Amino acid sequence: MKPSRFQYVRPRSIPEAVMALQRHNSKVLAGGQSLTPLLSMRLASPEVLVDINGLTELSGIELRGSELWIGAIARHQEVLTHHLVQTHVPLIQQALGYVAHPVIRNRGTSVGSIAHADPAGELTAVAALLGARIHVSAQQGPREILAADFFVGPLESALQHGELVTGVSFPVLDATWGSSCQEVSRRHGDYALAGVCALVQVLDGRIMAARIAIFSVAGTPLVIDVMDVHEDHEKLNLKVQALIDPDTDIHATADYRRQLVKTLVVQALTEARVHAELRQS
Amino acid sequence: MTTKSFGEPILRKEDPRLVSGQGRYLDDLGHDALAAAFLRSPHASARILDIDVTDALEVPGLIGIYTYEDLEGRVAEPLPLLIPHPALLNGRTGYPLANEYVRHVGEAIVMVIAEDRYVAEDVVDLIKVSYEILKPVVGIENAKAAHNAVHPSVPNNVSAHSVKEVGDARAMIESAPHKLSLDLFIERSACSPLEGKGVYAIWEEDSQELRLWSSTQTSTGVRAAVAAKLDLPLQKVECIAPDVGGGFGVKIMHPWPEEVLIPWAARKLKRPVKWSEDRREHFISSAHERAQEHHIEVGFDEEGRILGLDVTFFHDNGAYTPYGIIIPLITSTQLLGPYKPASYRVEFTSLFTNTVLVIPYRGAGRPRGAGRPQGVFAMERTVDAIAKYLKLDRTVVRERNFIQPHEMPYDLGLIFQDGRPLEYDSGDFPASMAMLKKMVGWDDFETMRSEYAAMGRKIGIGVACYVEGTGVGPYEGGFVQVETSGRINVATGLTSQGQGHQTVFAQIVADELGVPIEDVFVTTGDTRRFPYAVGTFASRAAVMSGNAIALAARQVRDKALRLAGEALECDPQDLEIVDGIIRVKGDHTKSIALKTVAVLSNPLRYAFDESAKAATQFAVGDTSKPPVPEDQEPGLEGKDYYSPMASTFANGMHAVIIEILPETAEVKILRYVVVHDCGRVINPMIVEGQIHGGVAQGVAGALYERMAYDESGQLQNASFMDFLMPYSTEIPTVEAGHLETPSPLNPLGIKGAGEAGVIPGSAVFASAIEDAEGFEIRRMPISPSELWELRRTMKENA
Repeated sequence: MKPSRFQYVRPRSIPEAVMALQRHNSKVLAGGQSLTPLLSMRLASPEVLVDINGLTELSGIELRGSELWIGAIARHQEVLTHHLVQTHVPLIQQALGYVAHPVIRNRGTSVGSIAHADPAGELTAVAALLGARIHVSAQQGPREILAADFFVGPLESALQHGELVTGVSFPVLDATWGSSCQEVSRRHGDYALAGVCALVQVLDGRIMAARIAIFSVAGTPLVIDVMDVHEDHEKLNLKVQALIDPDTDIHATADYRRQLVKTLVVQALTEARVHAELRQS
Repeated sequence: MTTKSFGEPILRKEDPRLVSGQGRYLDDLGHDALAAAFLRSPHASARILDIDVTDALEVPGLIGIYTYEDLEGRVAEPLPLLIPHPALLNGRTGYPLANEYVRHVGEAIVMVIAEDRYVAEDVVDLIKVSYEILKPVVGIENAKAAHNAVHPSVPNNVSAHSVKEVGDARAMIESAPHKLSLDLFIERSACSPLEGKGVYAIWEEDSQELRLWSSTQTSTGVRAAVAAKLDLPLQKVECIAPDVGGGFGVKIMHPWPEEVLIPWAARKLKRPVKWSEDRREHFISSAHERAQEHHIEVGFDEEGRILGLDVTFFHDNGAYTPYGIIIPLITSTQLLGPYKPASYRVEFTSLFTNTVLVIPYRGAGRPRGAGRPQGVFAMERTVDAIAKYLKLDRTVVRERNFIQPHEMPYDLGLIFQDGRPLEYDSGDFPASMAMLKKMVGWDDFETMRSEYAAMGRKIGIGVACYVEGTGVGPYEGGFVQVETSGRINVATGLTSQGQGHQTVFAQIVADELGVPIEDVFVTTGDTRRFPYAVGTFASRAAVMSGNAIALAARQVRDKALRLAGEALECDPQDLEIVDGIIRVKGDHTKSIALKTVAVLSNPLRYAFDESAKAATQFAVGDTSKPPVPEDQEPGLEGKDYYSPMASTFANGMHAVIIEILPETAEVKILRYVVVHDCGRVINPMIVEGQIHGGVAQGVAGALYERMAYDESGQLQNASFMDFLMPYSTEIPTVEAGHLETPSPLNPLGIKGAGEAGVIPGSAVFASAIEDAEGFEIRRMPISPSELWELRRTMKENA
């Protein structure tokens, strides 16, 4: 389990990083928690590894207008404990609680896991549900990609060769909004067998908006507006079940995963509502 | 002041070193050594047509590529069948490198030696092997059907068949007032030590000697096997087990192909060579355990007493049988646990499949349990079924079938794995059960159940009992030596994989010699220090080496007191040793340090140190005799061996309370209680640690781990991402109670403890899940998805 030969580049600036990424078969190394096992198992064999851990300008977590910006090398652990995240986009922290274990969270980056586009990733679902924007640096200049357009398939994003994700910005949610992340995994911190993020807006005790993102049951996170059915659990389930297409594998049957989604959707919506009320009180 | 240390929860002497990065495991050795990597079969059954190395030869840093054709002498012969048995009709072993046929995914075909492991793996990637793919045999059903053969020369894929009878069980069942039959299945798991296997070899060309390090549970075994394979005198081979990161059974198997090939390559190349197994290799080319299918017929009376028990089971032994059929033999003999059915018949058939071979996993080996978890699962499910049928409390049926304390020693009429009669030496099963019921609150559980039910929550309670043969022979030895500095060197030949031997053996010696434990240094698994040994497995180290070391220490004590008596001009019987000082009882002014006696014991011309100078004031020896009398040896040291007549039997009982979530069928453990009897306890903290580790493996085997082979023989979960070894977050807090019934069989009165926690895992969870759900649990492990699907099937059938 040793990687095949690669060149290692540690750029000192974003343009330098983008330049290095132009080379054939290059790959970005951020926290390395997904990439290094792939390298060791030789499931990925890039010729050039561009290590962005020296780009301190990408380490920030800050408020930019009505958005919360998380830089490409901010670690899960920082995001999980950052007061701005807690105040403005608590869903990120609700989801990060399910991500792996402290040792991995100390190295792994939240933006890296979004760029990895893992359909089982909690943060992928959070980005999709909140309509986050993915900021990209390229040789032709910077561009932004909406989460809805970013996730193309399992481990496949709209990112082009030679592009670097510099950060992701999430819309700030005022206190009318409540959120929740619920999942079932075989072991604590594992990828979910199925998971649901929910976002609910409550005004004067009434739900004004409700949508969910389901993960681990399709190639990309599935965002569904459930405002029309959220009060009727049977209709809610029918609508959701019609849209998901889980697989049977060695860990669970497809029907069991459907059962999990049924349970988790209700749990997540209920918790999200409680969360909104809590934020308002 | 020397305090008694036997029985005290002394902190482990090895831990400061191991937890601060000072440990030296196999891969920490030999940084400059050449590295080996293996090309392994991607197919479960295939004929090798061609191996093309053209591209591979171009890689800079390549030293050598070896296939079966390159092997020489006895290295080219099949690997040894370590433990033959009359019931093993068709034993088969593989070659170090595949000879024309491969019989499981992961079997080694080509060995590459290169400057480093990176290059070696680059080379492996460039070697092209063409195969004629054959139809594989995967799983017990296919092996039984025998449409395809794993070994063409073995009819029906049957390696072994055995029938044992005590009384006429079939007739007893026929005439019994009540009968039941059950079909029970347990899947494969794996030992999964933190550190995989590894071998490092240095060939000394000048002296024609081989020095070999292996991450093994038996350095003496590896030494003998490698000497035989390489046609070297035993004297020219030394084998050392460095720090070893867990064994659990997989490292008692030997020689592994790599243990032969790496020394062979080192000698051929005259350069040090090293191989460290990676995790994928460990999954697909080491060993698994446990897949067995059992059919049970049982006859019993109105009270639930078992009149006849007839067990027929099939065992999946994988592609080869180098370790014989120890697992089904243990299942067949240890299945009865603490019970005494009036008659017993057991028949097993061991089957070849195109999968990785099996070895005894703790208990059988950490894979703890070796064949016992299956047997206990079969027996305990049967007892639960009887209780349910008769509408009796599950513990009552157990109590009615227990062997009673006054019946000890109890002969079960069977032959154990060590070839000796199976006779329990000790144990008080009713007392253990009473303790367990009290600790877990068995009698109040229905109240707890209704309280939870009122909240819409579903809970269940399970119970399971086991008896474990520990401390199997034939022998172990111990060596104890007092240096003139006061340092006490202790050596035993068996190996350590984290059990705490450096501590418990030091505790024994500290007490026997009356010295501070800080002065005692223990070496294990180094053939240079102690060449005669068997190995560490079957919960035998404390029993075997512990007693041998105690006997050796007593020799040292006797000699020290005799010499001190001469020096102090008094009767040795009047002397005592306290804190390393020998003194006259009641008159502490007359004393001599143990280290000074070490000087006196060795009549030497030269005075090197302070002890030697101090010794000049004493005179010992009879001037009418030579300085070293005929019946004496120089030096203050002793060596002794312990070889028991029979195994000693530890026992225990577990109870678990679980909650099952109504919608998702997830199992949450609310309480886990263990009552355990391993005789006299040397170090309760270490025993408790062994139990915790064992329970973790029990939980793993019951709820998480399995080997997911597909029909083509590919292991689908050969990584820690998909092989669900539980994390600490999945393991409950263990509440343990100790009952000490000392073994009458050995001087220290101890029984083995290494595998206790794991054995009843599947049985106790099946019992609890069945109790919570109300339907039968017949297969383990069970995942939430499987439990949910089972619920659905039960509902549809209802």
